[in-house]
Amino acid sequence: MGVKPLSPLDLSIAASLVLLLGYLSRRLQLGLEKRLAVSALRTTVQLLLIGQVLRVLFGHATLIFVVAISMVMLTIAGREVMARQHRRLPGMEGWLLGTSSMFVSSFSVAFIALAVIIANDPWYTPQYAIPLLGMLLGNTMNGIALSMDRMTETLWQQRQVVEQRLLLGETSDEASAEIRRQAMRSGMIPIINSMAAAGLVSLPGMMTGQILGGSSPMDAVKYQILIMFLIAAGTGFGVMSSMWLLTRKLFDDRHRLRLDQLHVSS
Amino acid sequence: MNDLDVSELSFQNRGPYTFTIKSGEVAGLTGASGAGKSLLLRAIADLDPHDGEIRVGEMRCNATPAQLWRKNVGLLLAESCWWFDDVGDHFQTSEKTPLVTLEKLGFDRDVFSWQVSRLSTGEKQRLAVARLLQNNPRALLLDEPTASLDAASIERTENILVDYCRQHQVPLLWVSHDHTQLDRVADCRFNLDDNAVLTQQEGSCHGG
Repeated sequence: MGVKPLSPLDLSIAASLVLLLGYLSRRLQLGLEKRLAVSALRTTVQLLLIGQVLRVLFGHATLIFVVAISMVMLTIAGREVMARQHRRLPGMEGWLLGTSSMFVSSFSVAFIALAVIIANDPWYTPQYAIPLLGMLLGNTMNGIALSMDRMTETLWQQRQVVEQRLLLGETSDEASAEIRRQAMRSGMIPIINSMAAAGLVSLPGMMTGQILGGSSPMDAVKYQILIMFLIAAGTGFGVMSSMWLLTRKLFDDRHRLRLDQLHVSS
Repeated sequence: MNDLDVSELSFQNRGPYTFTIKSGEVAGLTGASGAGKSLLLRAIADLDPHDGEIRVGEMRCNATPAQLWRKNVGLLLAESCWWFDDVGDHFQTSEKTPLVTLEKLGFDRDVFSWQVSRLSTGEKQRLAVARLLQNNPRALLLDEPTASLDAASIERTENILVDYCRQHQVPLLWVSHDHTQLDRVADCRFNLDDNAVLTQQEGSCHGG
């Protein structure tokens, strides 16, 4: 059994609900109608585009093509991490920091899953590789963005304490250890919480999709468990590596706190 | 010899500054707010990037690991920061015996179990002196160390700091707005004017 196809009319009915929401937003002066419209439009256009890309990709399952699409996804995720920072390292440096952490964690975890666990022939079968990498990137992106924002913000607020500790002869690692721990926690808590709530409060999206697509619930559940573990590991490793890199950027080799490098986003 | 030698020190478009403070000597530093007194102390403690050379005795800033340099060149800020709940956690457990210092500052051993949140500003500042001295610094930089203290505490704190300087023969640079304080403690004076130019005022300071 496949999914029952949706007609344009079906989607129009759902869209009218969004229009109604926009109308209410205007009446209640929430000021969200413009952003709502832009976001709804972006969802439509972006998903239609990626649908076309995936259609072509699934027809020509070459490694080069899969890698190229992964790189585009990674680049955009890196930009998104940057955009979510209130105080950020400017330019290439800042982009590279988040992106390399995501690359190391998401790509290595995705590779293990594809080549060792799922072990399709070929291992990069795009029907598996792209959605899997997408979910991993999306979640590590959230974790890394949260941690980096927390780290720079807390260091900024507590810079006097950090400098006091440096003045008493602590290394930059010692002086920032507690702040770094808190930042790591705040990046990892969301995925830990969603593992704890999975199935009880909400049915995770991928599993729902598989069931709609006709998989047996138990098959869908096993895939969901796999994904949860992969996301937790990927997010955790990504957060740790980004915090390690960020500490090395925000302190110089003379163990000075160098918040002067950060730019405040408007 | 344990002199503090600052030579061709420049930072943030200030300087170059060249001066020496002899071991066991207290040098006062005055100047309008914004003239860069605190920046000068931060640069000497290697907390801000700088050019030029700073030495204490044979120890060269650029050739010493940063954390070791800052233990040896103790900088006391006008306002101290505390990050653990208890006072004692801010002191090294292995040698929690700056007791003599603590007594002279008006505390007894109980102070280690006190909560930081219940300290007055003055108590914090006097404890910050004890915390700094337990590193056994070989040079002292003081940035208005008694600004938050009452008259009795000021005298006690001045005595502790000057005693330490004489007893261990360390050079001491003392930033203060209070000229009568510098009359009491300083052997010589520097002044930093609005254009960030350092001049020697009087006494036996070396350089300027």
